[in-house]
Amino acid sequence: MAAVQVAPRSRRLPSFLGAANLPDLTFRGIVFVIGALGLVGIIALIVGSMIAESMPAIRAFGPSFMVSNVWDPVKRQFGAIPFVYGTITTSLIALIIAAPISIGVALFAVEMAPPWLGNAISVIVELLAAIPSVLLGLWGIFVMVPFLQRVVEPWLIDRFPGVPLFEGPPYGVGLLAGGLILAIMVVPTIVAVSRDVVVAVPIAQREAMLALGATDWEATARAVLPYCRSGLLGATILGLGRALGETMAVTMVIGNRADISASLFHPSYTMASVIANEFTEATNDLYVSALVEVGLLLFGVTIVMNMIARLLVWSTARASEAQLRMA
Amino acid sequence: MPAIVLQTTPKMAQRQFVDRVMGALLSLATLIALAPLVLVIAFILGNGAAGINLDLLTQLPKPVGELGGGLANAFVGTAILIALAVLMGVPVGILAGVYLSEFGHSRFASLLRFLTDVLTGVPSIVIGIVAYSAIVLPMHSFSAVSGGFALALIMVPVVTRTTEEALKRVPQALREAALGLGVAEWKSILFVVIPSGMGGIVTGVMLAVARISGETAPLLFTAFGSRFWQDGLNKPIAALPLQIFQYAVAPYKDWHNQAWAAAFMLMLLILGLNVCVRVLTRSGFQRVR
Amino acid sequence: MVGISLAASLESVATEQRAEVVTRAAKGLETRNVNAYYGNFEALHDVTLDMQANKVTALIGPSGCGKSTFIRCLNRLHEVVRDARVEGRVLLDGQDLYEPGIDPVIVRRNIGMVFQRPNPFPTMSIFDNVAAGLRLNGVRSRALLTDKVEKSLVQAALWDEVKDKLKKPALALSGGQQQRLCIARTIAIDPTVVLMDEPCSSLDPISTLKIEDLIYDLKQTVTIVIVTHNMQQAARVSDYTAFLLGNEQRAGELVEYGVTKVIFTNPSDVRTENYITGRFG
Repeated sequence: MAAVQVAPRSRRLPSFLGAANLPDLTFRGIVFVIGALGLVGIIALIVGSMIAESMPAIRAFGPSFMVSNVWDPVKRQFGAIPFVYGTITTSLIALIIAAPISIGVALFAVEMAPPWLGNAISVIVELLAAIPSVLLGLWGIFVMVPFLQRVVEPWLIDRFPGVPLFEGPPYGVGLLAGGLILAIMVVPTIVAVSRDVVVAVPIAQREAMLALGATDWEATARAVLPYCRSGLLGATILGLGRALGETMAVTMVIGNRADISASLFHPSYTMASVIANEFTEATNDLYVSALVEVGLLLFGVTIVMNMIARLLVWSTARASEAQLRMA
Repeated sequence: MPAIVLQTTPKMAQRQFVDRVMGALLSLATLIALAPLVLVIAFILGNGAAGINLDLLTQLPKPVGELGGGLANAFVGTAILIALAVLMGVPVGILAGVYLSEFGHSRFASLLRFLTDVLTGVPSIVIGIVAYSAIVLPMHSFSAVSGGFALALIMVPVVTRTTEEALKRVPQALREAALGLGVAEWKSILFVVIPSGMGGIVTGVMLAVARISGETAPLLFTAFGSRFWQDGLNKPIAALPLQIFQYAVAPYKDWHNQAWAAAFMLMLLILGLNVCVRVLTRSGFQRVR
Repeated sequence: MVGISLAASLESVATEQRAEVVTRAAKGLETRNVNAYYGNFEALHDVTLDMQANKVTALIGPSGCGKSTFIRCLNRLHEVVRDARVEGRVLLDGQDLYEPGIDPVIVRRNIGMVFQRPNPFPTMSIFDNVAAGLRLNGVRSRALLTDKVEKSLVQAALWDEVKDKLKKPALALSGGQQQRLCIARTIAIDPTVVLMDEPCSSLDPISTLKIEDLIYDLKQTVTIVIVTHNMQQAARVSDYTAFLLGNEQRAGELVEYGVTKVIFTNPSDVRTENYITGRFG
């Protein structure tokens, strides 16, 4: 082996870089600069360019951007409300449908199903997660939307006449379609995280409830679910984060009209969809900048959701560990 | 003395009933959740199979309104974009994963790890905007490079985390043995630890590739799409998911059929990669030799 | 009638407190030829044992001999594990708990269990923990719950320490207190038998003594079966002792059983003697 060169130890270098010799130092340097600083650079690039590109619109409209519902490229008036409404509504619909179902799947897979079935379910859920948005959108346009238009929406109009939620002609495309397709996309996320969260509940909790004379469901509902409720909340918020940022599938079934309407059947627009549809058509710089500002809004909200969700899930994992280690 | 009654009472029967109903509901929820997968795959396979022919794979798209043609340039385009993304993103991702796993014990590293996880949740359309601003604007043109860059930005956090997890699975004893034998740290990591974790690293990259091959949103204003053969990496380029999107929302039935067929191929690719990863993982691909 | 309506019986309890405690007779538990399996592995073989009413029966034996498996057969908790099953009979007051048609949930209501590590429900207060079993059985009356919770905490020797902080989270208590809380939770629903699986093994000596003291009082109202790896504890606390032997290769078997004093001073089987004198295990 070659003789080891001992480089003088500089007190000013961070301890990570305090390697004993040049080759090690070089290696650590490469790893750090390309790897760690590369990651930092990416984060900085994303945050930086989003803010920089939306600056013109921020300066032009200020806070009114968030409350105005006028989106007029010709008059150069831009307000984000229609898209915020569409995004929130479709995401809410998606969560209301997907969260209970997903948590139910997680409970089924962990508590009820035999191991082989539980694993099979995990596999199928992962495959569902792997389907690209555009392919779900394709199926959405040609299979789900006609079904909604010809079967579901007319039925809803019939059964609930006069309810504002179900008013208007059954277009097929619209908030309901958007919400449904988002629900399908969000289920794998919530199931996967919920499953991990439920598995982490110590068996002793379930057994303690069973030992008091509880049925299987009572043990699940009174011992397991309360124990991991913050983790389940985290899973749901992660799903919400995913729903907010989904673009292609929603764009293909939501109808793409910047309208605010109480009816679920009405075509609408989400923040991601308006960017997807109009970015390449944007005729002037302010238009582009306004779209980027919509993107910045979307970015900010998704990041915050993501952070909150991860902290919630992480805290459940720590609670389980702590209980297990406790004497 | 009161006898102990073990027979079921009415109240008990009610609780048993609730138990059974909830069990049924949970099973139902599972069926409902998994049904879309079956439906989507079935429709894509069903509608797409008919449109698979040699033309699809070898012909360029015909001018708008004309029947026939294929998506050869989109297949090639996706391949080029994936190659660019891998070239730009995988080295950064792997090195970042090495950093977090081997040297990442500081608060800075913990923060970086957390931010990387959060990065995986950035909407892909936002990534598209970033790539647009970073590359398309300065170049004054849509291009393959910007598309590849966008996809690389999506890949990096994923590859970073999977690489870190793969390296974390390498037993500490291996590192200590190498260092104990007098092997330099850089050699021990490069020639012992990383090869041991190679299985996990490779499967991580495969999963990331599966993910980006279906990404459309970030390509909308970077790669932009094209109806012609590639003319250089600094020009717009066709991509399979992009073409599927454009054909699906257009009014031509012929294009719809081609979209289904292309979806079939894309689905095969993505499911194939996922199944491959599963099989490799189960066969001990990732276990330390 | 215990088991028909807990709420109804509790109402009568509220008016006949003292009398209830004295005249209430616990029942004995008997096992006949019990085999217990995890899949194909036989963990217990042919265990026939009588556990006398209102007495404390201790189960001793080396690690892995099947003591915990055995008591989990008594309240039908063994079968909760996948592929686990029980053969033979377990009789409570002459009724076979494993008879087809008998719901294990009802069995477990009558046979309570205290686990090795305290496992209070962390999202519930002290009060709610003790009341958990009562609420399961449909008891809603605030007065009844409060009364029952207090009685149980008194019997578990915990009342004085928590009476001012019933609404505080259960995890705020120390390990020994949490275990007494779990005991209170178990006895709140008036089980006939209380099973204890090494209840003091994770506790300090002072908490251990407190629990051993309360066991002595508790046996006036319930039958107690306690698993312990601590022979001094068995000698202190129990009226009868059963010695089991088994390991990963051999199914656990009952070697000897009898009055505690006799087992510890004059065992009949040489294996018992070897274990007690510390020659192995």
